[in-house]
Amino acid sequence: MTLNILWFILIAVLYIGFFVLEGFDFGVGILLPFLSKDKDPEKQDRKRRVMINTIGPHWDGNEVWLLTAGGATFAAFPEWYATLFSGFYLALFLLLLVLIGRGVAFEFRSKDLNPRWRSFWDWAIFVGSLVPPLLLGVAFANLVRGVPIDADMNYVGGFFNLLNPYALLAGISTVITFTLYGATFITLKTDGELREKAHSVTGKLWIVTVVVLVALLIATYFATDALAKLGVNPGVIPIVGVAATLIAGYFIRKRQEGWAFLLTAIGIAFALISFFLILFPRVMISSLNPEYSLTIINAASTPYTLTVMTIVALIFVPIVLAYQAWSYWVFRKRLTTESRLEY
Amino acid sequence: MDAVALGRLQFAITTVYHFFFVPLTLGLSVLVALMETLYVRSGKEVYLRMTKFWGKLFLINFAMGVVTGIVQEFQFGMNWSEYSRFVGDIFGAPLAIEALMAFFLESTFLGVWVFGWDKLSKGTHAAVMWLVAIGTNVSALWILIANSFMQEPVGYVLQNGRAEMTNFFNVILNPNIMVMFPHTVLAGFATAAFFVMGVSAYHIIRKNEVDLFKRSFQIAAVMALGASILVAVNGHAQAQHMVATQPMKMAAAEALWETESPASFSLLTIGDLSQRSEVFSIRLPYVLCLIAYNHLDCEVQGIYDLQAQFEKQFGPGNFIPPVAVIYWSFRVMVGIGFLMIAMAFWALFMVMGDLLETRKRALRFFVWMIPIPYLANTSGWILTEVGRFPWVVYGLMQLEAGISNTVPAGQVLTTLILYTLVYGALMAATIYLFVKFIKAGPAAVSLGSDPSADGMPSLVAAHAGAQD
Repeated sequence: MTLNILWFILIAVLYIGFFVLEGFDFGVGILLPFLSKDKDPEKQDRKRRVMINTIGPHWDGNEVWLLTAGGATFAAFPEWYATLFSGFYLALFLLLLVLIGRGVAFEFRSKDLNPRWRSFWDWAIFVGSLVPPLLLGVAFANLVRGVPIDADMNYVGGFFNLLNPYALLAGISTVITFTLYGATFITLKTDGELREKAHSVTGKLWIVTVVVLVALLIATYFATDALAKLGVNPGVIPIVGVAATLIAGYFIRKRQEGWAFLLTAIGIAFALISFFLILFPRVMISSLNPEYSLTIINAASTPYTLTVMTIVALIFVPIVLAYQAWSYWVFRKRLTTESRLEY
Repeated sequence: MDAVALGRLQFAITTVYHFFFVPLTLGLSVLVALMETLYVRSGKEVYLRMTKFWGKLFLINFAMGVVTGIVQEFQFGMNWSEYSRFVGDIFGAPLAIEALMAFFLESTFLGVWVFGWDKLSKGTHAAVMWLVAIGTNVSALWILIANSFMQEPVGYVLQNGRAEMTNFFNVILNPNIMVMFPHTVLAGFATAAFFVMGVSAYHIIRKNEVDLFKRSFQIAAVMALGASILVAVNGHAQAQHMVATQPMKMAAAEALWETESPASFSLLTIGDLSQRSEVFSIRLPYVLCLIAYNHLDCEVQGIYDLQAQFEKQFGPGNFIPPVAVIYWSFRVMVGIGFLMIAMAFWALFMVMGDLLETRKRALRFFVWMIPIPYLANTSGWILTEVGRFPWVVYGLMQLEAGISNTVPAGQVLTTLILYTLVYGALMAATIYLFVKFIKAGPAAVSLGSDPSADGMPSLVAAHAGAQD
């Protein structure tokens, strides 16, 4: 039982890791066509390259957090993995397709000079950065809201079942939050014109983000059983999430980019923790009958497998964290349009 | 086509496509790490330029391997959810460990390697490439451990309607992995070695950067010979293991309908393999005995006997895989394997005799040889996977039982078509880049491609990178 809780927490940690890390590189991708605007096409291209290069060393390592979350779900809660992946079939397919385009685009776009080639891959980066947060927000919202799952743990809804107003609000909130997050990252990692432009974006987006996050919090009370679970007072965690985003605004104004970035990250992490708190101890809620919900007990692997996986995770997660942190330290310097660029 | 057939076709297309990129990644990562180590050790500029040239090609290939690999990890749950429920307690573990141990390692350090030329010391930078190479090969280990459970389930008990793990060490020390892992990795090394020899030959013929490409060819020739011989030796062990664990696969690979004693090896059959009406066939007496058991006197079970045996054991059903597919994929794989050994000897002979610059016609064969190992790799996987028919997990679960029962066939067909279109377009883009960078050669390649110079990233940039 305790192992089941531990694995619920570990999978939550993996998703939080994914949102906190890949969140800003999705944001950079969303901002790519907007921040780089320049009358001079050559300068515009150079700016795009600088933006892509700020996330160049990291995006692939960040994306592995999603893969690992998927793999860990398979290992620890196979029924969850099976129901979720077969149930949200078309949404996941769309996610895979745009992520494929995005990953290839980073590697391919600057390897040819043809402006059409480059603009094609820039589109792939933009779409591949915009669609995943939208889909992930929609998917997570549906997990807590409940989806039609029958007595045999089969998802019996369709694709359009997923597109309810609450889920769409969550999807749009995720996109907006990631865009702000990406903009703070650019203010932190670049200099000159790009940094200035990104700064003005953060100033405008910050208040929008706070508004949508508060709206999402309120909507969550109506759309889920959060009220029954958490009470009228949502507790400290969702409030910390919103408060962190609010305070980020102060640092954006003060031009303390590191703090602004950190607080946005905390906002995202705490929003996700709130989400997992509402979900627990279920992993997928059935809207047909609460009894049919998948939980950390009925969806889990055997205690033996969970023990093995716990040992593996306790050894490797700290190692991964250490070398990923090191990789961020190696590339701590700001980039400018004069920097030597790889992508 | 029903959902099962569509699901299988989708798995076949996405997996074969993914495995176009994997073998080169496995071998080329090691070769690039080796080249960079030579640079660190000798300080010779030529090794640095070598590292950057082959590194560039490695990156294009690696990106494709990564993005097509994500599909693999999600596909089990999407198309084969009943299979996932059934084996998740065992099969999920190696997949999760693969992500934790290998995916993080290779992708994080590759990022550092690409962007870290002027941020790390030479030695650290080379060490980072070794970590990438280790990551890719460890990744192969864990995914093959997972696949081995499908070939030869061990360390489990059937309980609560699913396979539950009883011994993790039995799962990871599956006898099948002992033959499968070396075979796959060595095939990857051989593929990469032939790739490097082929590209080098292309430039040596044109007298372009002869010094750099002769050295590349040399290193690759040694790797090609070692790897292709070991692949064959290992393949022999694997065939023996196959006879013992999946006799039907071997019988199908030989189109051996009746049990034979002593068993002959079919070198070539023309006719209808499924009707056993041979128009023409060459059979080598006793040779199948040698392949299967290492001695001349033996009995190898035929397809009919095995079918009867399986019916008795598992109930009525068709337990005969598509014989023609298995028969020919086996021959293509083995035939190319021997061709590669011969070519590798020839390559080493030219290297030892310092004949590379004078034997232009011979070199041309090496250019043509580049795609050939890919054929062998694909055939090998078709033999392994299709030969397991009708099982998704050998002896435990048949294909029909594993498919997602909530996903309509129409959706599988839709995704299948879209995957095929997108993959096709990506292949065109990949080949375009490969050809472009191969033709341009090392002069045009620097990992720190700097467009401010001129169109193609220039030699100047490569040197600028070298001085940090």
